[in-house]
Parts: sequence; C-alpha cells; structure tokens
Amino acid sequence: MAGVQVANVSRSFGAHKALDDVSIDFADGGFYALLGPSGSGKTTLLRQIAGFDFPDSGRIAIGGESVERVPVEKRRIGMVFQNYALFPNMSVADNVAFGLSVRGEAKATIATEVQRALDLVQLGKLGGRKPHQLSGGQRQRVALARAIVTKPRVLLLDEPLGALDKALRVDMQIELKRIQREIGITTIFVTHDQEEALTMSDRIGILRDGRLVQEGPPEEIYDRPQSEFAATFLGDANIFRGDATGTGIKLPDGTTIAASTGASVPAGAKASCAVRPERIRISTGAGKPHPANANTLKGQVSKRIFAGNNSTYFVDRDGQTLKVIVQNTGAERLVEGQPVVLSWSPDSTVLIAA
Amino acid sequence: MATTRILEWCGRFYIVLLLGFLYLPIIIMAAMSFNASPFYQLPFEWTTDWYASLWQNDQLIAATWNSIEIAVITTLISTVLGSMASLALYRYEFRGKKFLQALLFPPIAIPWLITGTAMLIFFFGVGIGRGLIAILLGHVALALPYVIVVVSARLQTFAPELEEAARSLGANQWQVTMRVTLPWIMPGVIAGGLFAFAVSFDQFVVSYFLSTPGQTTLPVEIYAAIRKGFTPEINAVSTIIIVVSMALMLLTARFFKFGGEK
Repeated sequence: MAGVQVANVSRSFGAHKALDDVSIDFADGGFYALLGPSGSGKTTLLRQIAGFDFPDSGRIAIGGESVERVPVEKRRIGMVFQNYALFPNMSVADNVAFGLSVRGEAKATIATEVQRALDLVQLGKLGGRKPHQLSGGQRQRVALARAIVTKPRVLLLDEPLGALDKALRVDMQIELKRIQREIGITTIFVTHDQEEALTMSDRIGILRDGRLVQEGPPEEIYDRPQSEFAATFLGDANIFRGDATGTGIKLPDGTTIAASTGASVPAGAKASCAVRPERIRISTGAGKPHPANANTLKGQVSKRIFAGNNSTYFVDRDGQTLKVIVQNTGAERLVEGQPVVLSWSPDSTVLIAA
Repeated sequence: MATTRILEWCGRFYIVLLLGFLYLPIIIMAAMSFNASPFYQLPFEWTTDWYASLWQNDQLIAATWNSIEIAVITTLISTVLGSMASLALYRYEFRGKKFLQALLFPPIAIPWLITGTAMLIFFFGVGIGRGLIAILLGHVALALPYVIVVVSARLQTFAPELEEAARSLGANQWQVTMRVTLPWIMPGVIAGGLFAFAVSFDQFVVSYFLSTPGQTTLPVEIYAAIRKGFTPEINAVSTIIIVVSMALMLLTARFFKFGGEK
C-alpha cells in the first residue's frame, strides 16, 4: 500500500491541454474521488497515474518512488475499467488468476489467492462461469477481484459504476467502500456523478478544463466552495453576483448580502455569494427574521415541485430565479404566485472571489 | 396466408436451384469418376478402375503432394506473417501507415497473369528461377494480403481496454498478445489461413508461370494432362480433393462452433 503524489503534471494532445499543472496528494489508504464534467481531464489524470500515458511535464510518485516514466505493467497498480474489460475467452477464475499467472506464481498459490479474492467480492461459487454468463453487477465484482488479487499499491477505478442501473449502483457503492476499508488500499475513483463522489470518498478533487478547481473532504467542498463552478457542480447553489463590501456583497439593485464564510475579498472588488437551497427559509413574511442578522429577500413563488420528503420552490426576484428546498414537516405549503420572504444566515453564505 | 406460403415455396425453390447450380457439375464429375466409360457414356457402369490407375500415375500423385505441401507451408508462413502485420498495423501509429495499408489491396485486384509474369521476371533476375521454391514464394506473396485483410477486420471488433487491462495486471507485450489478443482474433486467423490455403491450392496462373516439367503443382499437372488427352483419372483425383476439402471445411465449422464464441 502506498500514497500517490501528483506534482505539477501537464499533458497536451495537440493544441488541447488535457491536464494543466495539476498537483494532488493522495494519502495512503484514502478513498479519493476525481470529479468533473466530461472533458475535464479526470480520466487523463487517472491514465497518467496508471501509466497508460506519460505526462509532458511534472512528477508522479507511488509510495515515494518516481514512476512518471514507468510503464503500466511495472507500476503494480490495480485498475477497474468502465466496461469491466473482462477477458471473454477466460472463465471468471482465470480472469482473476491472470495477474498472478503472468507473474509466474505457483499454481497452488494462485488457486488460494483467487478463491480468497472471489470470496471477498462474494462470488466464491461462480469461478467456473464465463463473463458473458454474469450480470452487470457480478462482472463488476469480478473486475474488482481481478484488480486487487495481485495486492497492488493503488486501486484505480474509471467510472466503474457508470454502466449499472440505479439500485445496483447504490449496492455497489456500499460494497466497494466495504472492500476498500477491508483491505485498506489507496483508491482513486473517477466519476462524473457528484452523489457518488459525496457518499463514497474521503476526499474529492474537482477538475475542470484540465485544472484542479478545488480539493478537500466532501463536507468542506460542499460547505465552502471556492468557485462558482465548485458550488454548482457539487450540489445545487444559488449564486448572487455583486461588489464586495468587506462583510459580504452589494447586489446591483443595492441589496446587501452578508457572508461570514468563504474567501476574504477586498471591498469594491467583484465577488459572488453561494447559498445552498436547503439553507434558505421560506415564509409568507409574518414574524421576525431568524437569526436577527439573517439575509432577507422578497420574492414570488413561480413554481413548486413536490418530491415526497421535500419540496423545491422556485422563487422569482428581480429577474433572478432562486431555488429553495423545504423538508416536508407538515407545515402549510405555499402556492404558486404567492409573495414570500426568503431568509438565511450569513453563516450559510459563502463568499467567492470572482 | 396464401401469399406467404407461395413466397416460402419460391424461396425453397430458389435455394434448390442455387445449390443445384453450385453442386451439379461437381456431382456429375464425381459420378463419372466411378463410371466405366472413359467418354462419359451411359448407362452408368460402376468401377473403381480410375482410382486404381490414378494410384499408378506417379506424375499426378507427385503433383498432388507438391500442391498440398506448398499450400500447407504457404498457409503457415502467410498466416503467421500476416497476423503479425495486422497486429502491428492495429497497435502502432507510424509515418506512411495509411499508404502501406492502401498498398495491400492492389495485389488482390491485379490479374494473376500479370503478377505471374512479373514474378517470373523477378525470380529470374534474382537467380531463384523457376521451381517449387519460386512457386512457394509466389503463393505466400499472393496469400498475405488476404490474411492481413481478414485478421484486421477481426481486430476491428477487439476492445482495446482488454490489452490495457492485461497490462495493468502486469502482463508484458508477449503475454498480452498470446493470452488476450490472439485468442480473440483466432477465428480471423483461421479464416485467413483458409483463404491462404485456398489461394495456394487453387492457384493455376502463377504456378503455371513458375513451374518446371519436373516440379509442378496439381492444377498445372491437370491442365497438362487435359491437353494430352482427358482421362477419368482427373475426375478421380478431383473427387478426392473435393471430399478432403469439404471435410476440412466442416471440421473448421465445428471448431468455430465450439471455439468459445458467444
């Protein structure tokens, strides 16, 4: 087991900068998600770490040893591919045995290790099957068993759950996390699914256009996004843009919004504020705002979407549509067209430098 | 209802006609190899004399063995070289690759008569001359493009992640090729091999140019025999060849079925 250090890695394909000076430290034993839209460079970064492709510049180290010019077959990594990439001509057991067999391990050792790996992914009895006789979830488990049986230093997963349906995906998320904890392997996971990244990982790195936008534990990125992109890509956010006042921002119409978290932006500079929809309280305007220093805005409900445990209100104010999520507590529901007051604490308002 | 039945009947009739068109001449030839009359006279009189006299015809038997030997060696050489070339064209990007690939097709289209003439001149020029070695070299050259085209077509269906997966598990290039890529392209390699065998075994034009009286192949020998005067021995040797090649084809079909294909 080992940590992975990526330092100042850049990689271009022709004129396209797929990775632009990316540095991330993947701690030993951690579960790390690389999150980003398609074309953000997350898969390119994973392929550099795997050794399928070499960076133009920068350094990659696994367990402290520089590997940026070491080909994949010598890096001792385990990888799970998006479409599993199981060898169609081999049985499940032979697929899992492949990595040990090419290393020239003894037959008896291979048999024991393969059985142990298949048991770990709960496929102990299916060793004799061919890949095409398995369901999607089972193929996924075989791919995982095959990747970890060689005791790699790092486990790399390229959108491994993308091809599964929703219910199975949730099962596999839990399963993957359990297996990762059990063997304690450093895991780097590429995904475009923000929910997957939030629920599974210890840390998330958000990539955009080949650059690392923000990196940290899920809670930190969600609660204190450092850019509008991070705020809206990981979860939903209402964004207000204006001029920094030192304690928040002033909107073009003169309204001030106080923010007590996030970046410090000198007064007068352009800045924005992000507020999560579930942090906003919506009311008909009767009673005092709570807390006393809360930001308040008036608006009008333009739409309500009922989702059982919660409702999403779309509130129009001054040309902007804000999103508010309210838990279903049995309280009175607001109707479309109703004038409302929105309020939220400055603690829930994140200031972002433009 | 009635129209579908008529259509179905037409379809069957068409297939019978098609098979008849394909097989009737062969069946007649095979039947005549067991007919006593050397002039195809009826009534049919059963005999195996032609097979017996074929056994005495040393020239024809020698030519048959030459043909088989050359076809087998051509198949081996062109299948191995052709598959390797296909893999190289699949895996690597290099200058002039498109041009090289384009150059593979003209030999298939150029009339064998012209290729044969060119080879004759060339082999004389470099001192190989005529004979079995010249025929073998010529056949390999003719068969290679077929193998490359067929194996490359099969490689188009190969998922490149499989090679990447194998490498990520520590396999070197040789292990990747032998244990992952080759098993996948095997049906293509076998089909390419069959093509190569057929190109060589059927080959008349190029062999005719490159053979000498003592060193010749079966098609050339049959042609020479017909010119001297047709004997039903030719029917007999042709029948044997048809039976053997059909058996080979059926065997291949069986192999494909049990070859682990989905």
